[in-house]
Amino acid sequence: MMRRVLIGNIAVSEAVKLANVDVISAYPITPQTIIVEKLAEMVEKGELNAKYIRVDSEHSALAAVYGASASGSRVFTATSSHGLLYMYEMLWWTANSRLPVVMAVVTRSIGPPWNIHTDHQDALTIRDSGWIIGFAENVQEAFDMTIMAYKISEDKRVLLPSIVALDGFILSHTAEPVDLPTTSEIDGFLPPRDPSPFKVEPGTEFAVGNLGPDEVTMELRWLIWRAMYRSKYVIEDVDKGYNKILGRNYSHGLVERYRVEDAKYLIVSMGSWSGDAKDAVDMLRDEGYEVGLARIRYVRPFPSEIIRDISSDVKAVLVIDRAVSMGSGGILYSDILRSIDRRTPVKNVIAGIGGVDVNQDHFKMIIEEFIDEFEKDEYHNWNDTYWFMPWMR
Amino acid sequence: MSLKYVPKDLDEEASEDLKLFRDKLLAKPGKGSAGKTGTWRLYKPVIKIDGCTKCGICWLYCPDDVISWRPREYPDIDYTYCKGCGICASVCPVNTIEMILEGE
Repeated sequence: MMRRVLIGNIAVSEAVKLANVDVISAYPITPQTIIVEKLAEMVEKGELNAKYIRVDSEHSALAAVYGASASGSRVFTATSSHGLLYMYEMLWWTANSRLPVVMAVVTRSIGPPWNIHTDHQDALTIRDSGWIIGFAENVQEAFDMTIMAYKISEDKRVLLPSIVALDGFILSHTAEPVDLPTTSEIDGFLPPRDPSPFKVEPGTEFAVGNLGPDEVTMELRWLIWRAMYRSKYVIEDVDKGYNKILGRNYSHGLVERYRVEDAKYLIVSMGSWSGDAKDAVDMLRDEGYEVGLARIRYVRPFPSEIIRDISSDVKAVLVIDRAVSMGSGGILYSDILRSIDRRTPVKNVIAGIGGVDVNQDHFKMIIEEFIDEFEKDEYHNWNDTYWFMPWMR
Repeated sequence: MSLKYVPKDLDEEASEDLKLFRDKLLAKPGKGSAGKTGTWRLYKPVIKIDGCTKCGICWLYCPDDVISWRPREYPDIDYTYCKGCGICASVCPVNTIEMILEGE
């Protein structure tokens, strides 16, 4: 193991290099571009023995790695925001064909207005497609999750593509110290890909995804559903195995539990701002509030059972979302509502859309108001979603 | 961790699923998987052997692979599966394939 100071994008490139991918195809888009630029450089210098395919669009980028993955290669692509939306059709082809493609999504707001800063709306548009979706909190996690994504996706019990989401600029362009395993450590953890579920090659005669009876479509979806459930176990196992390599004595798995043991109030968040939320939890703990935080690391598969366990003894839950389903509510919020005991009051706050900065003091303000409302018995109004826009107050 | 859904055995379930997945997603070529498609035919392509130059272009173009041909041999049409699309008649360079209305 060694320690280097890396920005999020370079950390992801280093992880892809360690994973020894065979084929990379991508189209540049801010704030993701550095990842694939760095990879192109590694291929050019001969540090990474991979085929780099330049394409005309994100749709073609994912189509190229789809084909490469179908022929047994380990593949990578990366994108953001509008690029992700442009490859939308191929995202579903990839998941429905059960190809273990790994993609980094550097989260960025969707225009208009034209905006390159982070929120989670882009990555969550693919929520229902059958991709495994992990959200990193820091640069180290973006690195770790990228390597683990190959192990998880290629596992025969899973065989689903994975997305590693890292917040644009906050992680992608911010330098942090990162522990990197050595090549030999990773080679033991991540052997070359066994070309499952199928391998397209000369001499084989079959068509992938030909016309079929309606029932076949439903059966194939049901198989993805089952694989998603199995992936919860696989993710927890892979996380433990990976952390052991790096000599860590902890493993967060699907959800990080932060000061939740005796918590009376539970905060739920996801992504890089969870660090600020934890600071707010610490400040509130110092003031005597019994508050804890559950950080969703994998939003698909959604860790419903774990959330139900964590929330079993709390008085109320606050879900802070950085993405919204228009006409419904926060995207995490609906998953949390479905997961916990129906008698537990849940408040939903939307914040940080379009990259609006939300710092520890903002989190403290949001959490204090939530606890205050609950204690004053005002939580009966919590059937609406609140938008945190302090500059408009 | 306590997960609600506990598969009887992760590996066993996964290998059953994988087999099912391959059977359902991957289509292997086979003869007449849509039944005897020759019954769909309205016009029947008939090769007038006299004019045939044994070039094999009809064999190359047949979208359903029902024409058999070897170099320096006459082509032969399998009418059990030929749908009568007429492509062979259209591409024949010497116009020696005639489309005849079925029943005549």
